[in-house]
Amino acid sequence: MAIEFFNDYLLSALILGSIYALGAIGISMIYAILRFAHFAHGDALSIGAYVALPLVALGVHPVLTIPIAMAVTAVLAIGIDRAFYKPFRKSQPIIMVIASFGVALMIRAAIQLFGGVDDHYYWGIQPPMEALEPFAIAAKHFYIFGSVIALIGATHYLLAYTRTGKAMRAMSDDADLARITGIGTEKIVIWTWIVGAALAAAAGVLLGMDTRIRPDMGWNLLLPMFAAAILGGLGRPYGAIAGGLVIGAMEELSTLVIPGDYKSAVAFAVMVLVLIIRPQGIFKGRVL
Amino acid sequence: MDFAFGLMMFIVGFATLAGIASVSTLGLNVSWGITGLFNIGIAGFYAVGAYTSAILTAQPSVPSNPHLGGFELPIPVGWAGAMVFSAIVAWFVGKVCLRLRADYLAIATIGIAEIIRITFRNWSDIAGGSYGIHRIPRPFESLGQPWEELGFLALVLLVVAVVYWIIERGINSPWGRVMRAIRENELAAEAAGKDVERMRLQAFVFGAALMGLAGALSAHYAKAFLPEDTEPLTATFLIWVMLIAGGSGNNRGAIVGAFLVWGLWTMSEFITDFLSTEWATRASYIRVFLIGFLLQVVLQVFPKGLIPERPPVLRPERKPGTLDHTVD
Repeated sequence: MAIEFFNDYLLSALILGSIYALGAIGISMIYAILRFAHFAHGDALSIGAYVALPLVALGVHPVLTIPIAMAVTAVLAIGIDRAFYKPFRKSQPIIMVIASFGVALMIRAAIQLFGGVDDHYYWGIQPPMEALEPFAIAAKHFYIFGSVIALIGATHYLLAYTRTGKAMRAMSDDADLARITGIGTEKIVIWTWIVGAALAAAAGVLLGMDTRIRPDMGWNLLLPMFAAAILGGLGRPYGAIAGGLVIGAMEELSTLVIPGDYKSAVAFAVMVLVLIIRPQGIFKGRVL
Repeated sequence: MDFAFGLMMFIVGFATLAGIASVSTLGLNVSWGITGLFNIGIAGFYAVGAYTSAILTAQPSVPSNPHLGGFELPIPVGWAGAMVFSAIVAWFVGKVCLRLRADYLAIATIGIAEIIRITFRNWSDIAGGSYGIHRIPRPFESLGQPWEELGFLALVLLVVAVVYWIIERGINSPWGRVMRAIRENELAAEAAGKDVERMRLQAFVFGAALMGLAGALSAHYAKAFLPEDTEPLTATFLIWVMLIAGGSGNNRGAIVGAFLVWGLWTMSEFITDFLSTEWATRASYIRVFLIGFLLQVVLQVFPKGLIPERPPVLRPERKPGTLDHTVD
């Protein structure tokens, strides 16, 4: 029973939760620092997954493609920010939300144009490792969890021990106060895009390693990632990680009581409930 | 002759679909353009309206595709039911969500719209699941081509005209002034003694009823309604692009935007017909890309849209004792 629970629910809940967590960190920071809900964040995930695709085809191990996917996606994100978000920095934040909507459409269409609509895979179905019977753990699970731990460790190091990371946290805590202390806004904005987009790209590659790569993979994850960011408290990167794990667990465990077709509705319902009951999230993020 | 007839039927079909989109765009104009409620759950209300009208008016379902309904009620009852039911759903959604501001309202409405869509797609007893609902009647069906299509177009244009007239009347009334006041400065409106919460709810529910009506119109036009018809890409985002391109806050802008953007959308499909099959499938993504890009261009170059909102004509009341020419 316990083993079945682990194989059928806990393992997938942890994977899904860590992918949400990586995406939600960016959403949370972008919301706090740039003050808008970034609707194209899911598509940053897709970019990451598709950047890795040709590299994997060349024979590079999917785990090793993660840094490259992160770098390419971060550069693209900075470019997109320059072209489509920067002109609106002084106007109402809602205009940026609408612009990010348009960016999401453009990214998805570009991926469909160049990558086609068919599903892609980094590797075939991986059978569970015999040595670990009766647990249904495949090699990919080690790669995924190893990468997640490394990425979250690196994020923690950046946010807790580097000047840039501290400045980012200060800025997401209180932008005006941060500016008075002499933190350069534009520089932090660029770093926010780098960190947010890079983590999203990594999440995309990990999702591709776990399941498959398709153009709408990121878009389908956008709302659960919002749910995770809101649940954790916007502007709280550590909250976003916790929120991601909670939302992932809720979605997977909900299939114990309701039909699996309604799984994704659970994440949305949790998100709406959190917005209504406790918009500041569990970790007391900001409410704009 | 054949070509002319085909062209005419194409234009009639185009105008019908653009007219249906105008109803949705006008609904969004009430909620976003006039009152400033960031509703991106259009697809949800559109689906509620379409399914309601379909269930009320469709013929009894066949065993291979069971769904609720087969009441075969008259079509106007279906349309009225669609508006009423979308309004009821919107009332509940608004009651809990409207205290949220801006981005939060956006996230909440898109979340609820997705829940509605997932429910319809999977609830086969009610909505036919992934098969949707078929055998929905179309008005004037017995007249045959082309009068059937022309009659439907006339009906849609009539609906657009009536909706336009009602909203115009609303905008130029005290009701519309309060709505704009809420959009511009909610605190000030509240300080002036307006029941902001109630007014916001009114605008949200009215807008959603129109989105539901648009859903019903499209279901009767296509004679069938499938879960794919509620894709947020066309049911929500395209409507937003239409309103922003046309000029949010302006009803004429909303209609012009709907016809213009639908025109671009259809024309790009037309062009893809001339391409080889491999490029034709790809070109359909180019047009989605172009719609996204169009939105960016409009936002940056014409932030107020093609037909910007006109400030309301103010007729200052004369104070006793003042001369006529002192009134500006």
